[in-house]
Amino acid sequence: MRDLLDDIDRWRNQGKRIAIARVVDTQGSGPRETGAAMAVNEDGEVIGSVSGGCVEGAVVSEALAILAGENESRVVTFGYSDDEAFAVGLTCGGIIHLFIQPLEW
Amino acid sequence: MTSTYELFSARVRENLPVALCTVIEGPHTGATLAITPEGVLGGSLGDPQLDRIVARDALGELEAARTAVRHYGPQGQSTPEDLENTATVRVFVESFSPPPRMWIFGAVDFTAALARVAKVLGYHVTVIDAREIFATKRRFPMADEVVVSWPSPVFEQRGHLLGSRDAVCILTHDPKFDVPAIQAALRTSVAYIGVMGSRKTHAKRLERLAEVGVADPAELARLSSPIGLDLGGRTPEETAISIVGEIIARRNNRAAAPLGTTDGAIH
Repeated sequence: MRDLLDDIDRWRNQGKRIAIARVVDTQGSGPRETGAAMAVNEDGEVIGSVSGGCVEGAVVSEALAILAGENESRVVTFGYSDDEAFAVGLTCGGIIHLFIQPLEW
Repeated sequence: MTSTYELFSARVRENLPVALCTVIEGPHTGATLAITPEGVLGGSLGDPQLDRIVARDALGELEAARTAVRHYGPQGQSTPEDLENTATVRVFVESFSPPPRMWIFGAVDFTAALARVAKVLGYHVTVIDAREIFATKRRFPMADEVVVSWPSPVFEQRGHLLGSRDAVCILTHDPKFDVPAIQAALRTSVAYIGVMGSRKTHAKRLERLAEVGVADPAELARLSSPIGLDLGGRTPEETAISIVGEIIARRNNRAAAPLGTTDGAIH
């Protein structure tokens, strides 16, 4: 999240609502470590990344749904071996768990 | 009122340690508590007992620069017996530690390339050389700090700061500088000590080190000398890559062979 602070501050100064997604756990092979983060503002602008580009699109949709009040903050899981996972997987075969929440703290 | 985010981001910008604790499952999902070694910076997880226990655990994680999910009961219960038959609160504890340090001795072309690559990897880079005309911020704009000094005073003043995430790279390949720098670096608990030079320079250096009493094989095993992986590179930039490659490989106890020639887990 360290690398995102400048952009997050710029968005905050513009009064934008922001959601942040952080990798909280990984299993198996995965491109990014826990703590990898991305942020999405209400206009759909995106900074940072949480995988090698495999799941970012789905994270943006989820982040926007949370900002719109359609979904609650929650852990979402991406990976082929999880039955309840989103319809996107990681090409490396790993599993990542992300926590997505509005930046309201 | 200043938000927890503002307090947290100011702290990260100053490179001071802070742990961000977030409830990711359970009552008050999304609640956040920021902890520093000096105490609670801001926020709450929704229960004073839970705050107290998580703050205690977060300090340990921060000390070790670890990031992990921890499980508690709603009031911070943390023993397996306590957690039986109770709802679980999962808390993501994310450590923001100051960046690791790299000290580079010798203000040469290899130094500029190494400083650039080290910045990419997130190091706080200090360039040290006794020669005032070479050790300038103008020659090393990418370094966080350029110090005009002989090695010994720098180690005396702040050698105690070096630890298991840090690196010392001695690129002077001049015995006047590198022998005292090696001696001083060996007295710290720095993870990586790399020393530049040809195989001939390395052999001569071992003789000189023996003359000043550095001959213990365990001590010498801490030295990466000649510095870097055997990539066959030549330019300062290629050399820089071979040095940081060696730092990563040593940290992970890997031999740095191509993955295509090995099997087993990659990470």
